[in-house]
Amino acid sequence: MSILETSGVRTASVVRIENVSKTYGSGSNALLALDRVSLDVQQGEFVCLLGASGCGKSTLLSLVAGLDKISSGTLDTGGRKVALMFQEAALFPWLSVIGNVELPLRMQGVGKAERRQRALELLEVVRLEGFGDKRPHELSGGMRQRVALARALAQDADILLMDEPFGALDAMTRDILHDELERIWREQNLTVLFVTHNVREAVRLGDRVILLSSRPGRVIEDFAIKHPRPRRIDSPEVSGQAAEITDRLRAEVARHAN
Amino acid sequence: MPTEPAPMKYAGARAGLEGALGAEGGPGPEPQKIKKPGYEEVSGLDALDLAPKQDKDRLGPRIWRSAWPKLLAILIVLLAWEIAYLSGWKPSYVFPSPAETFKTLGDLVTTADFWGGVRLTMTRAITGFALAVAIGTVIGAAVSRFAPLRAAIGSLITGLQTMPSIMWFPLAILLFQLGEQAIMFVVVIGAAPSVANGLISGIDYVPRTWLRVGQVMGMKGFARYRHLILPASLPSFVSGLKQGWAFSWRSLMAGELLVIVPGTISVGVRMQNARDLSDTPLVISYILVVLVIGILIDQLFNLADNALRKRWGLTGS
Repeated sequence: MSILETSGVRTASVVRIENVSKTYGSGSNALLALDRVSLDVQQGEFVCLLGASGCGKSTLLSLVAGLDKISSGTLDTGGRKVALMFQEAALFPWLSVIGNVELPLRMQGVGKAERRQRALELLEVVRLEGFGDKRPHELSGGMRQRVALARALAQDADILLMDEPFGALDAMTRDILHDELERIWREQNLTVLFVTHNVREAVRLGDRVILLSSRPGRVIEDFAIKHPRPRRIDSPEVSGQAAEITDRLRAEVARHAN
Repeated sequence: MPTEPAPMKYAGARAGLEGALGAEGGPGPEPQKIKKPGYEEVSGLDALDLAPKQDKDRLGPRIWRSAWPKLLAILIVLLAWEIAYLSGWKPSYVFPSPAETFKTLGDLVTTADFWGGVRLTMTRAITGFALAVAIGTVIGAAVSRFAPLRAAIGSLITGLQTMPSIMWFPLAILLFQLGEQAIMFVVVIGAAPSVANGLISGIDYVPRTWLRVGQVMGMKGFARYRHLILPASLPSFVSGLKQGWAFSWRSLMAGELLVIVPGTISVGVRMQNARDLSDTPLVISYILVVLVIGILIDQLFNLADNALRKRWGLTGS
């Protein structure tokens, strides 16, 4: 409510990125990673950032997560909490599965009984009931990402940032996790910013697909994906739009190579 | 479909079918389940990705399998020793036979005096090591926390590690005379750098993604150390402890031979006495005793290390 009042715009924008640039290093060694990127993400939106490697999409996520500082421009998340997921699950091996999920709750000062209760619920959300006492290394790659998702959800964040979270998984597992993520995103009313270099994955999941150019990263185009959900990654609609975006991406890469 | 799980090698072939079944949860037959206790609830793709539970052999054959190469090695050493003895390389009062030595050793370990000596030596070893761990941990934590301190003494710590501990004794004796403190000084200065280095490298090599995860979770200050940095550096710290123990044990033995504290009859003192009496079998017996103690303690550290690796899933199986 306060968001609506203060900003006075019709939609509640959760992440506002305006002319954000990021430069690494200085002087002649300076590397421009992001060049005046502008992007607005609305409450409850699923936005995919798509681009070839080196386009600065991970950099953008780090900036939104507050892990890195912007060089110029404005980035506003309105003080909302963010959670971040990586390609590797990065679970802590000294903790059990449930211990990993409980850790963010512990950091928030949630009491022992309550955080156990909450962690059990979250494991149910990611469909890992009964695995709480296992060690991370006893789980498969897909299951570990589910735990990482549960841990991210435990941070009780408004914005979920995902950096190629399914990039290291086989196609079958990835497909299943797409369904799960879509379900959780709707149930939990999350806002998701999802980085990938897989065009079909982006079209399968996103409300919008933001195409970024390489070195420096710039927004080339903002595709709205209107196909009804749930979508299938191998459906004709998804494939068709993916082909369109791929062509656009290819043209960009070719332009860049010359 | 077979009711028994397929061998893990070929698991991939079945993964597709079961994954599809398990995920969509549609009508039809129940998804195949792995018939192993504790894994019943797992179905579909993930079940096949789980690490196979290793079948445990019976204890007897397992012990035998790991023991026979060691026994054989001991047998070969004894044989070589016996041959050297029989060849008349040295007079028998200087170089005793294995049989004579083991008889001496057998007599030795049945005396209360001997165990008194072992107790004294072990008390010194454990006290010195504990002190070294405490000091090493504080130094290691401080060095990894403050950059100027690292620049100042980081390389010095590694330098100290390479110093032969016997070099410290003349100084220790001048500083503390022939007393317990002289021995403790050398034991601590020998072991603390290894402990500190283990902790420093553990902290240095905490994976970057773990640090980022911690940062996103809002870990700061003490909580960050308590919940992330210290547990993450544990494996390296344990190997530092193990190395530190080896150094402190060596320093202690050198100390007991060199610094004879009046009224204390430690293992080192007894060994020195045996040499003064030209009692070679007794000298060799003490060498064997020190060797066995060293091996036993090393095994304890290995046990801890392996337990940790297993818990973390670092074993390369």
